[in-house]
Amino acid sequence: MSDLTRRSAAELADALAAGEVTSVELTQAHLDRIAEVDGEVHAFLQVDAEGALDQARAADERRAAGKAASPLDGVPVAVKDVLTTKGLPTTCGSRILEGWLPPYDATVVTRLREAGLPILGKTNMDEFAMGSSTEHSAYGPTHNPWDLDRIPGGSGGGSAAAVAAFEAPLAIGTDTGGSIRQPGAVTGTVGVKPTYGGVSRYGLVALANSLDQAGPVTRTVLDSALLHEAVGGHDPMDSTSIDQPVPPLVAAARQGAAGDMQGVRVGVVKELTGEGYQSGVQARFDESVQLLVDAGAEVVEVSCPSFVHALAAYYLILPSEASSNLAKFDAMRYGLRVYPEGLDSPNAEEVMRATRDAGFGDEVKRRIILGTYALSSGYYDAYYGQAQKVRTLISRDFAAAFESADVLVSPTAPTTAFKLGEKLDDPVAMYLNDIATIPANLAGVPGLSLPSGLAHEDGLPTGFQVLAPTMADDRLYRVGAALETALLDRWGGPLLDKAPALAAATKEVVR
Amino acid sequence: MPDITREEVAHLADLARIDLSDAELDHLAPQLAVILDSVASISDVAADDIPPTSHPLPLTNVFRDDVERPGLTAEQALAGAPEVEQQRFAVPRILGEE
Repeated sequence: MSDLTRRSAAELADALAAGEVTSVELTQAHLDRIAEVDGEVHAFLQVDAEGALDQARAADERRAAGKAASPLDGVPVAVKDVLTTKGLPTTCGSRILEGWLPPYDATVVTRLREAGLPILGKTNMDEFAMGSSTEHSAYGPTHNPWDLDRIPGGSGGGSAAAVAAFEAPLAIGTDTGGSIRQPGAVTGTVGVKPTYGGVSRYGLVALANSLDQAGPVTRTVLDSALLHEAVGGHDPMDSTSIDQPVPPLVAAARQGAAGDMQGVRVGVVKELTGEGYQSGVQARFDESVQLLVDAGAEVVEVSCPSFVHALAAYYLILPSEASSNLAKFDAMRYGLRVYPEGLDSPNAEEVMRATRDAGFGDEVKRRIILGTYALSSGYYDAYYGQAQKVRTLISRDFAAAFESADVLVSPTAPTTAFKLGEKLDDPVAMYLNDIATIPANLAGVPGLSLPSGLAHEDGLPTGFQVLAPTMADDRLYRVGAALETALLDRWGGPLLDKAPALAAATKEVVR
Repeated sequence: MPDITREEVAHLADLARIDLSDAELDHLAPQLAVILDSVASISDVAADDIPPTSHPLPLTNVFRDDVERPGLTAEQALAGAPEVEQQRFAVPRILGEE
């Protein structure tokens, strides 16, 4: 049974369709795996065994009646705790929402339910998705399955670790500045940030509305395409949703897996390589580029000069939007309410202040204050206004680069996973993790990260990022699948086969 | 580029409705100064004639069909409230003492 958890979602879907396994069996196998290893990994904030098994039974009934709801009907999934789930706690990794039971499902969750995917539980994250390590979760960090003393990336470290530790075949993440792609890179998994507006944000608790995008977190490129197609597409409940069909992603992944890159122009972004990138990260990146060349791709170097200002623009735009979004946590309608000490009859504002002090962690406070500053009169033009202009320059850089290349590529993150605690009190060092992923969010273009190997100096996973023009998400899958095929061929199997066996290690310790 | 002082951080926290203790101010104020310093370079990057982008996807006037759609029931809306009274959100007094 345990080998069920090692299979890809596509393989599991085939096994379900062929009647070789039931959804109840494979949902139970994943719940068992969670029970076995999540004490160490802490990928989940909430496990819904009963709900998942109920959904699995319904999926089995549909399959038995020949009425599968979708290709993934019966394949379980984990959902980042920033998407609302009716009747299942949604905390966003924050004390201020501890135990909150949303009265509605996010559209992504509705689509997962409609497609028949049992929801295993909610995954850990940096509080309100602010962070690159999940250490800012109020419920304790997630541990990287490759080395439990290291970060799994963030903010979606829980989703990435769940998939990397074989606790779930599929997960949903959200990416505001790299929160799907950077955890993918440091855990040796695949993650995709779709085109902005490609997946509904209805029910996604907003960090920064103009940047947030939900997407798939998986172990293979094809699995991401399957999950992306299941949740993507227009949603009238989200006024920023794109009213166009999602391009054929699964077909693109299958085409790419065939390995022919003839006629594909791959642009290496000069500003996102070289200095500042760990040598093993750079080496695996260079090898991957060469593999694409060997497959027939044409490689060109492109320059995006404004990308060097992306980080600064992002850390003004994001806190500004976040400080405004988080104003809704006022202790009146839902969430935590804390009464200030030493006041007999505190007023609403005093209660709000005390609640936000008790309910928000350091990083959230830092960003709210930074956003309040950037939006205050006197500084607005110098900070927020300038950041918005830089955003225009970055979009122009992308437009120019996509004239000479079909996709752009870079390392996903500048380093491999660092030690837990290492950058916790050095916000600027923490922010630098997102240097290669942020430009895509500012411009709204889609991006994918897939594992490119292990860095020679520390034996930890490295990530390869592919970026495509708006609404050309299919290109990510074609190029990603082609590179994945070439790499698997080279490695002789999935990269995650090289990760330490968690459960075995635990059992030995217990004995 | 102006530096951010401890007093300014205290003022901003007040505007953002967050009580910060002295210890928190000691901890956060220097960090905020470092963050601001790292983003300060932005102020002279873009020329005056560059238009700002507020959103990656410029959509305007997104309307839905004018048909009824059920919202939350009162019970659902109140389900997460810290305190409820007579099918309403019960809140602390909203006026100051002065």
